[in-house]
Amino acid sequence: MKQLFSFIRKEFYHILRDKTTIMILLLMPIIQIILFGFALTTEVKDTQVAVLTTTNDEASSRIIDKLNASAYFDVVAKIHNEDEIQTVFRDAKAKLVVVFEDHFAEKLRHTGKAHIQLIADATDPNAATSFTFYASNIINSYQLELMSEAKNPYQIIPEVKMLYNPQMEGAFNFVPGVLGMILILICAMMTSIAIVREKEMGTMEILLVSPMKPIYTILSKITPYFVLSCVNFATIMLLSVFVLKVPIAGSFLSLILVSFLYIFVALALGLLISTMASTQIAAMLISGMGLMIPVMLLSGMIFPIENMPVPLQIVSSIIPARWYISAVKSIMIQGLGFSSILKEVGVLALMATVLIGISMKKFKVRLE
Amino acid sequence: MIKFLLRKEFKQIIRNPFLPRMIFIFPLMVLLVFPWAASYEIKNLNLSVIDNDHSPYSRRLTEKIVSSNYFRLTNVSANYKQALKSIEKKQSDVILEIPPHFEKDLVNKQSAKVMVSANAVNGMKGGMSMTYLVSIVTDFNSEITDELLGGAASSSDSKPTIQIDSQYKFNPHLNYRVFMVPALIVLILTQLCGFLPAISIVFEKELGTMEQINVSPVPKTTFILAKLIPFWIIGFLVITIGSAIAWAVYGLVPAGYYSTIYLFAGIYILTVSGLGLVVSNYAQTLQQAMFVIFFFMLVFIMLSGLYTPIDSMPEWAKWVASFNPLKHFMVVMRSVYLKGSNPLQLSKELFALIGFAIFFNVWAVLSYRKKN
Repeated sequence: MKQLFSFIRKEFYHILRDKTTIMILLLMPIIQIILFGFALTTEVKDTQVAVLTTTNDEASSRIIDKLNASAYFDVVAKIHNEDEIQTVFRDAKAKLVVVFEDHFAEKLRHTGKAHIQLIADATDPNAATSFTFYASNIINSYQLELMSEAKNPYQIIPEVKMLYNPQMEGAFNFVPGVLGMILILICAMMTSIAIVREKEMGTMEILLVSPMKPIYTILSKITPYFVLSCVNFATIMLLSVFVLKVPIAGSFLSLILVSFLYIFVALALGLLISTMASTQIAAMLISGMGLMIPVMLLSGMIFPIENMPVPLQIVSSIIPARWYISAVKSIMIQGLGFSSILKEVGVLALMATVLIGISMKKFKVRLE
Repeated sequence: MIKFLLRKEFKQIIRNPFLPRMIFIFPLMVLLVFPWAASYEIKNLNLSVIDNDHSPYSRRLTEKIVSSNYFRLTNVSANYKQALKSIEKKQSDVILEIPPHFEKDLVNKQSAKVMVSANAVNGMKGGMSMTYLVSIVTDFNSEITDELLGGAASSSDSKPTIQIDSQYKFNPHLNYRVFMVPALIVLILTQLCGFLPAISIVFEKELGTMEQINVSPVPKTTFILAKLIPFWIIGFLVITIGSAIAWAVYGLVPAGYYSTIYLFAGIYILTVSGLGLVVSNYAQTLQQAMFVIFFFMLVFIMLSGLYTPIDSMPEWAKWVASFNPLKHFMVVMRSVYLKGSNPLQLSKELFALIGFAIFFNVWAVLSYRKKN
């Protein structure tokens, strides 16, 4: 035991004496969580709209006002002939063009039928479907107003409640995601060079001839990084609660518990990379570059997992971040109890065991 | 002199057991697997219904919602508590609660309520499921009104209707892969041409070979140039592999010209590689270099409009994003692939990227010090 502690102390010195790296490690998550927490949202807001009308009548201008008044749209341009539509899109002035047919109000009044065409820039298909849908909704609501002027006696009134996130803040969705992503990437990058660096520097030899058991070497490598990651976790939590105003609706204790488990899994993953890689460069590229895209895309932080094809859903289940993000959302946002995240905790615990197990197996006691 | 330096750089890369494989395998893996993962498309929202009325109308409303393509009935609950449980277990996304006497109230009191509760942890998904549901209820409402007014529906002639039809430009089938594949090519290019230069100088520092360069008569600019050119060539290789896969696997060819893509890629690679070299110059250890470039890469990627639209960001974030070279190149790739834009239409991005390229590379030369 005494041996273990002195080795842990050695590892602490290793890390603490490199002041620049420590600063980078502690500052990085702060900037990222603030930047991403505020900036990331998939909601459609302030979409630029151009309007094509040939007549300036009351009906069309009321629809334009309604569009402009909604949070979704910003009417930025009025154009007067169809040739301009092309230029509006090419110069990226607007994402949506609302085309009123000639004599819109007149037709609406006399024939009771009028035509509006919505032309969307569908380069981003998701945004395009959302904002055309919102635009149609706004136009429909204008139509309803006209109808109720024409008396519409039967009304079904939908009462709407947005559960867990009444303001529909993007941060509620992205903070757990960003938390999961930053933790796993930083943790894996930190430990990924822990062993391979000793190999490259030649100090591995000393470690191997010492009477330390491999498990102690591995534990002593993980401990200081674990402490550092807990500090990172704490700063991210403080910032998300006090700066981003994302509440912790559920039990703080469960949140801490699952986070510690997750940090351990991430560190073990880095350690596994470290025992397998032959050079520091390979280890860092695999953990930094190689993990970044899979974690971003398959963890459910951006793209919902249930939309993916089944083979990818299976692949995504080996990404630890997927389980952690789901657990954090349940506890932090939905305020559910520990019993609702048993599955996630189970999977993460299994991952921790497997990762440490393989690292132990791969840890070579002999030099080649 | 630069000839020899270049030969050295290439040998260093090619003889590394890891790097050459990475340059080929990384784009292949990313482009073959991840376009399938990237979709926001919202269909099959899971619906939980609490029907307290059990009337013909309430059943018709439920049927109407289920027969729309958006919803799938996954849970029928007796009360709100049960329905909420199904949301907590992730079995449903939205609850529709029809109160008792729904039909009676609608017919007699001419007004009835329904309650819609959506899981809004993911604000966009919640918002969409709510709006879809409400618009179906509105449709149902006018259907019922027409029926109830019956013969007296002469009013339906005078009822003003606005017909809306929508047209999707540039991507008429709303194919998400068309949107993601060009972006993923940019992502691969950024990562390879950002991470690799960031370790190239600091690696020599750790190895000790930097000392030899420092005592040689190699001018600073030549040294940086010799570091830069290999990544430039690797970058072109990567973008060629990327466009080839886009064409062969996804049948994607740019609506514009490949020459436009290569022109912008040429400038863009210089920008990220220049940044990588700056980081490498300042870093004392490999680990520091990796962490710092990782920080920039992550910020660049997340604020590039790759996943979340720039338009939805707050003003200050848009301002920050305008200093993001990745954002500009992302716009270029998507515009060339989907809209067929030419360099003239992309002149804003062109000048921005040229500016960044000059800035980072001049900085890279200046920050390289032969003396410690």
